[in-house]
Amino acid sequence: MTTDTGSEIVLSTRALTKHFHVGGGFAGRPSRVVRAVDGVTLEIRARETFALVGESGCGKTTLGRVMLRLQEPTSGEIVYDGTELTGLGEGEMRALRKKMQIVFQDPYASLNPRMRIEQILAEPLRSHGYGTPAEIRERCAELLELVGLRTQYLRNYPHQFSGGQRQRIGIARALANKPDFVVCDESVSALDVSIQAQVLNLLADLQDQLKLTYFFITHDLAVVRQFADRVGVMFLGRLVEVGTTEEIFARPLHPYTMLLMAAVPRPDPRARGGERPMMQGEIPSPMALPPGCRFHTRCPFARDICRVEDPALQNHAGHTVACHFPLEN
Amino acid sequence: MTQDTILSVRGLCTDFSGGRGDVRVLDELSFDVGRGRIVGLVGESGSGKSMTALSLMGLVPQPQGRVSARSILLDGKDLSKLGPAGMREIRGRDIAMVFQEPMTSLNPVRKVWEQVGEPLAIHQGLGRRAIRARVLEMFELVGIPEPKTRLDAYPHQLSGGLRQRAMIAMGLICEPKLLIADEPTTALDVTTQAQILRLMRDLRDRVGTSIIMITHDLGIIAEMCDEVNVMYAGQIVEQADVFELFERPAHPYTRGLLASIPRATEPRVSRRMPSIPGMVPNLAKLPEGCRFGPRCGEAMPICQRAPELKPLGPTHASRCWLNCPQEALSQGDAP
Amino acid sequence: MMTRSVDSAATPETPDEASFLRDTVRAFRRNRMAMAGLIFILLLVFCAVFVPWISPHDPYRVALDEQLLPPSTTYWLGTDNFGRDVLTRILYGARISLVVGIVPSLISLLIGTIMGILSGYLGGKTDFVVMRLADMMIAFPSLLLAMVVMYTLGANLLNIFLALALVGWASVARVVRAQTLALREKEFVEAAHANGTSRGRIMFDHIFPNVVPTLIVLFSLSIPEAIMWESSLSFLGVGVQPPAASWGLLVAKGKEYMFQNPSVAISPGVAILLAVLAFNFIGDGLRDALDPSMKD
Repeated sequence: MTTDTGSEIVLSTRALTKHFHVGGGFAGRPSRVVRAVDGVTLEIRARETFALVGESGCGKTTLGRVMLRLQEPTSGEIVYDGTELTGLGEGEMRALRKKMQIVFQDPYASLNPRMRIEQILAEPLRSHGYGTPAEIRERCAELLELVGLRTQYLRNYPHQFSGGQRQRIGIARALANKPDFVVCDESVSALDVSIQAQVLNLLADLQDQLKLTYFFITHDLAVVRQFADRVGVMFLGRLVEVGTTEEIFARPLHPYTMLLMAAVPRPDPRARGGERPMMQGEIPSPMALPPGCRFHTRCPFARDICRVEDPALQNHAGHTVACHFPLEN
Repeated sequence: MTQDTILSVRGLCTDFSGGRGDVRVLDELSFDVGRGRIVGLVGESGSGKSMTALSLMGLVPQPQGRVSARSILLDGKDLSKLGPAGMREIRGRDIAMVFQEPMTSLNPVRKVWEQVGEPLAIHQGLGRRAIRARVLEMFELVGIPEPKTRLDAYPHQLSGGLRQRAMIAMGLICEPKLLIADEPTTALDVTTQAQILRLMRDLRDRVGTSIIMITHDLGIIAEMCDEVNVMYAGQIVEQADVFELFERPAHPYTRGLLASIPRATEPRVSRRMPSIPGMVPNLAKLPEGCRFGPRCGEAMPICQRAPELKPLGPTHASRCWLNCPQEALSQGDAP
Repeated sequence: MMTRSVDSAATPETPDEASFLRDTVRAFRRNRMAMAGLIFILLLVFCAVFVPWISPHDPYRVALDEQLLPPSTTYWLGTDNFGRDVLTRILYGARISLVVGIVPSLISLLIGTIMGILSGYLGGKTDFVVMRLADMMIAFPSLLLAMVVMYTLGANLLNIFLALALVGWASVARVVRAQTLALREKEFVEAAHANGTSRGRIMFDHIFPNVVPTLIVLFSLSIPEAIMWESSLSFLGVGVQPPAASWGLLVAKGKEYMFQNPSVAISPGVAILLAVLAFNFIGDGLRDALDPSMKD
């Protein structure tokens, strides 16, 4: 089965930025700025799965939240289906939330422990005036079936379910109002391998059936390769490389991408041994970014210009990369 | 038990009593750890892999938990005969443990060197100056950059990777016979994980530490371990040399797990991944017979009876009727 | 169409069509300590209401020849310095003390919860104003504040309520606000925001039910506090006036005769202790009964 990703753009961002101020306050102590998202421009096409990978603290989760305006961007634009989101008022934004949804990471924290499954699923329906109570109940049952759960679970509480089942409920809630754009924020990361495969298969089925577009945030490169159509690699608030999954995995151009891939443990004991390139040191603090290329302190190939000049994202051999010296393969 | 075995566990069982009667969370575990070897315990959540570590360390919550075993021989000494006081002496000196969460396993208000050196104060009664010198040596051994300046740091001043290195230094400071690492890299980023895993392998090569590696990640097992125990619902279902396990997995559960892990090194063939249906059973309501039976695609009538862990070769054993065809045939017809 | 991976192992048994209320009542009834507490309080309320018919003694009759008698078959808990039956006075005192314990606690809980949730969830200016107001209440000597109210408005029961609620809401608001701040960061609240739920509904459906356990604990703690406040005010002469009886007043007056007849001071003290314990058990039981994960 192939995913027919159209060329039409569902959501795009332009120079999207989100800065946090930490510390400071009284006594004139200057607050410091964390550049969680620092000028991200990207386009997500209809019915594709766009994976955003990066290590913790790179800003991938913040980017997902800002794209849905769950957090307000500091600057930049978000265009969804031709509408610029940053200028919208609260009411207009609430109406749009029908179409833009999110599935969270933690299947335990994302469901209110004091609500029954039926209430959890009914909430988005009621918020958008779905219909009569009977129609809402019917839709809730339909949603549970859609994610492969039995309808008699409607009257249960979240704690009565396993992690995998809860994640299905979280997916059902996101799909209640038939969205077309869904952010999956580490949605399978907390699950056991065998359950992870079940949930990924479910997401794939739902995408085909409901023509969904996924913005799939994860740190797991293996899942990305098996699940995503295109990939964006994020490092310290910036996209450093964007391309189709096969391009990126077959020919990583950015040293960070290459080192990230090399670090993934391979489930094959014959593959061990050989000295793999390894990233040195630690990620710089997002509060004290190094000058020049943000990656130069960890990059084994860094040269003088990398310490001075910040490289821009540009086209190179089929995908875009932000590096002065893209890797030759 | 041979000269080269540092730990030999026989018939380890752990039971918990709760509101609804007793639950057996570990059922008859038997395995060996060779001197200077890295042995993996792999399983999904609820398989009992972390409980195994706590049982070996004598850290099972009392009085709800009860640990029993025919024998737990650590370098010839039977831990199963020791009381709480005896276990206190063993912990930190002969067996040390590295936990998953390096932030919560360090006290935030004490300096790092005091905590890392604590086992020395407890077990060897060293003075502060000697402890500080020894901690500095350990920091160098585990590759903490600028070790001198890190001695007086507080835990929050170290990154996750450095904290885990400090925890490993603490584990190794009394030169234990066995190090138990319980998901030591799960909370870390992949690049940091790669560094820590390499460190642990180096330490094994240089110092000869014997390690039990507890993880849910078959990639880490493949990278690190010499032998592997696959756990499911409180039992070992397969036990094998690491190459045997990945090349000739015998138990359907192991095969299912290996099939369902996404791989970063192979191009996508289909978006639908093979998966194991259903979920891990509740230990209080185990299925009759084979615990994996209800999720197994190859279940047979005989699977209504519980299979034993049977050797398939010198370095391979499996708990499945498929692996003992004669018995399955001769007893399969029985009602 | 691909086959969906349906979960084959069904763990949750489908519960019957019970309402949340019925679940809660059932869970509460299974808690023996809570039931004992409830029965004690109900018994106390019954006795307090019907004491004129139950007790053969007059709570106000002065009998100087029967001063400070030890417990006997006529006077089960002895008599006080005016020869009045201690048990009867305790039961009359329960009328005032229970009401004074419960009503102002409820009022300050109500105000404190609303203020705390608004302050914590909306943040910004609302938060600033509410919290400065609460700071003022906490910083101002509360006894003085209560006395000012009582002096200016007069010493009656209604004004005691007002004074106690005015003092009590601020600390409730602080606790509720702290909880709200933690809850606001939870993913389920973010999920509600993401699916377009209004802020009012989020506060009512998501924040409030998760604050309830804390409120119940605060409530069971504030009852004894209120009883104590009332006795302080009475002691200072601005609360309940003798010869009317409240438990705090009985303890305060009785302690002068500690050595002649300990029962006079100890009995109302024990009454306070038992009532407070009973409320605590009820509170614990309610908190557990309202938690869905404690019900199986």
